[in-house]
This record gives sequence, structure tokens and C-alpha cells, in this order.
Amino acid sequence: MSATVAGARTAADVAARVTDPEMPFLTLADLGILREVAETPDGVVVTITPTYSGCPAMRTIRDDLTAALRGAGYGRVLVRTVLSPAWTTDWITAAGREKLAVAGISPPGDAPRRAGGPVPLTLGRPARVVACPRCGHPETEEIAAFSATACRSLRRCPACREPFEHVKEI
Amino acid sequence: MSFDDAYEALTDHADDSRWAYGTGFADPLAGVDTAVPDGADRAELAAYCLMLGDDALIMSHRLQQWVTRLPELEDELAIANIALDLLGQARLLFARAAEVEGAGRDEDAYAFLRAEGEFRNVRLTERADADFAHLVARLLAFATWRLALLDRLTASADPVLAAVAAKGVKEVTYHRDYAAQWVVRLGDGTGLSHERMQAATDAVTPLLAELFVPHETELRLVRAGVAVDPAATREEFDDVWARVLAAATLRPFPPAASAGEAPAEAGPEAGPAGGLEAGADGGLDGGLGAGPARGLDGGLGAGPAGGLGAGLGAGLGAGLGAGADAGAGGRHGVHTAAMAEILAELQGVARSVPGGVW
Repeated sequence: MSATVAGARTAADVAARVTDPEMPFLTLADLGILREVAETPDGVVVTITPTYSGCPAMRTIRDDLTAALRGAGYGRVLVRTVLSPAWTTDWITAAGREKLAVAGISPPGDAPRRAGGPVPLTLGRPARVVACPRCGHPETEEIAAFSATACRSLRRCPACREPFEHVKEI
Repeated sequence: MSFDDAYEALTDHADDSRWAYGTGFADPLAGVDTAVPDGADRAELAAYCLMLGDDALIMSHRLQQWVTRLPELEDELAIANIALDLLGQARLLFARAAEVEGAGRDEDAYAFLRAEGEFRNVRLTERADADFAHLVARLLAFATWRLALLDRLTASADPVLAAVAAKGVKEVTYHRDYAAQWVVRLGDGTGLSHERMQAATDAVTPLLAELFVPHETELRLVRAGVAVDPAATREEFDDVWARVLAAATLRPFPPAASAGEAPAEAGPEAGPAGGLEAGADGGLDGGLGAGPARGLDGGLGAGPAGGLGAGLGAGLGAGLGAGADAGAGGRHGVHTAAMAEILAELQGVARSVPGGVW
């Protein structure tokens, strides 16, 4: 995508550059919520998926995609939502993870996987090891599993004493 | 959309861009492929979506009432996030109900324009929390039950329900962990916090039996491969509940003797015997209208927490509760007094200014 020559952008390029309204340093493609862009005789069909059921940014994302594509000369734009398969943080791209870290938000580790049986219960502190995105200290502690947006948790670094946000694995 | 608001005008401009978001009521299923599975009755599928959606909506509303009143900023964020997840689930389920019902209603019509007797949420979701311990006890019960339900619903023959469930499982896993960790922290804390946490879990127990009683609509949809029989979640629920309460050094269920002494609502006739009588009266099941069922409720002298439930709660461990209150619970539109208070707040603006925009 970064190699695209200006003025020769496809609909997929345009859509991929639209940014997330809550984390504007990330594109929809970085986040993995842009699932497909198809140029059809009836117009451009963009398929997106929500991160969380209650994500309040979905409508803005739809509007932003439509505006960006119309601005690039695509007259007819349809934005579809798919719910399945459900979004997972594993879809955040390598570039997206780097941008998160630069912004002081620690990127997610591997999403939890389950072999079968009931969803496991976590009673103690999560065993996950998360490094500090500011000073690089290898181990930090979770303050809360919920933060300013649905997708982030709040942590603190014992070395630099700074709190920071972490994209929690789902 | 028929529920345009002031911001709708902004978004309908040529560039479709907005300066704020979260202000409109866009269809959350926009563009989702929505066929109805073979063998599923449309009206029943819609009713089932409303049951699961109402659970989420009313629980979300109760959680929202806590925002600005919680003990720590982190808990404000947690409860607000959990409420938002549940509201999102409710919207998806209402949108699905609207689609399969095909009667021109939308998510707002379901939330704001239905009467109390048309809501299908279980009574656990309505309960006002006396303190933070009651909140986390109730949230633990709700999230444990809903997670077990949604996890099974991922195999539904209805593709939209399966997809909504798959997303919901990821969310509710965090909700359950949050509640469970607080129950352990308070239960296994100081003498005072232990005592108050125990009182809170004891208070929730009478509301649990209802969670596992299937409605006839659910059972028919189970046969069509669409729904989950709530009774099937009982084993997982009991296991998680027992593990969390054991880690919290709490007894899982109030001692049987305390049921008769239970405060307020539980009259002498509302013990286990009363519960069984109600079961024999299960013919009221068919009466979907709130009228006759409400009569039964009143006849048993069930107050806000349900005198009937108080008796059943004591027997939960012994398996006495199953089926005993069929026909008299939230799934049939029979609610506690708390529901009127919730709807007054939830629906007040929509009802006083019908179709209003600002």
C-alpha cells in the first residue's frame, strides 16, 4: 500500500488509508477491521467488521470510508458490515503494532485460544507478560482490564512508574 | 431511518463526514447477510432475539446507573465499558428481531415503545444493587450465565445469532473475570467486606433459578437448532459460581434455614412448597399477556425480589428450583416492581416527546 503512486490509487488503497476515529494514527487496514474492498460494476463495495459489539465508532468509520472514496472519484460506495468471523486483535498488522507502540500504547499479544470446553475463568492476575512501551521494562502490571475505549486496558510500569494503555487481546 | 436526529442532517451532506459520532441510530446490522434458517418460525426467532436483547439492555441500563457512583475511576471505566458492550449486543439482537419480524419496528421501537409486559428479560437484570458488593455479585451471576449461553449459541443455525454470540463471548469473558475478581477480593478481604460480600451473593441467589427455566419458544427453537436451552448452562454456571465463591471464602448458597427468615418478601407460604405449587400452575405459561401471569405473581405475594424466588433459592443446590417458576418469570413478561422504575427512566424522553429530535 505504501508503494502506491499518487494519482494512481485503487479503491482498496483509498479505503486502506482511512484512519480510525479513536486512534487516528492507525488506519482501518492496520487495525484489521477493513476486510475487503471490491470494485464492482455497481460501485465500490467495502466490507468492515466491528471490534466490539458496542463500538461507537462504526458509523463514523462508514461515513469516513464513503467520504474518502467519493473524494477519490468513486461515485457509488456501499459499506457492508460483517460480524463473522469476529474481529480479533491478531488481525492488527505488524505496521499497526509499531504505530501503537510509538503512540505509547502497547500492542496486543496473541489472542487467547481455546482447545474446547468452557471459557476459562481468570481469578488471579492475568499471567500475560507485557513490556512497557515507554521505557521497555519487560514486566508491567495491570491496573484495570478496561480503559478509555473498549479495546484497551490500563497498565502501569514499575520501573518508569508511568501508566499506559494496552490493546487487550480478544 | 425514521429516527433521524440533528446529526443526521450533518451526515447526509455530500461528504458524509461528521464532527462527532455515537449520536445517530444507524442500523448496526447494515449490510449483514440475513437469511432465516429453515425450520425456524420468524415470529419465534424474533421473540428469542428480544429475550437475549432485553437481558442485555436492562442489565446495561442498571450498570449505567452506577456510572459516576463507583468507588474508583478504574471501576467507572470497567462498568461503563461493560454496559457499552451489552448495549451493543442488545442493538444487534434488536436489529435482528426487527428484520425477521418484518413489521417495520426498529431497535428504538423495541427499547422505547414497548410496555413492561412485552419485555422478556430475566428478573436478575432488573434488580437494583444495594451496594457495590451487590453489583459485582449480580454481574458475576449474569455474566457467568450469559457467557455459557452465548458460547453455546455460537453453533446456532441462525447465522446472525451465531455471529453476535461469537463476538459476545469475547466481551462477556472480560465481564465475568472483572466481577469474579471483585467477588474474590471482597469475600476474601476484611471481616466487614467478607460479611457484606456474603450478604450480596445470598441476595442474588433467589434470582438464579429463573435463569435455567426454558420458555416454550426457546425449546421450540432448540429443536430447530437455533436457540440454546438455558437448562443446559446450569452445570457450567454452578461450577463457576462454586469456584469463585470458594476462592472468595464464601458459602455458595444461603443455608436452607435462612430462607424462611429471608427479609421482607418471603412470607411463610413462599417457601419451597409455595414454589412447587407455582410449578403445578404452569398452565399460565401460555398466557403471554402480562395480565394473568402478573395475577399469579401478585397472588403469591412476590415483592420486588420475588418471595417465590426466595423459597427456590434455598433449594437451588438440591435441584429443587428447576421448572418451579415456569410461566411466572421475566421471560413471560412478568417483572418485579423495579422494572417500572427502569422503564420510566429509559423511556421517559421517547414517550414524552414522541418522534422528537434535537
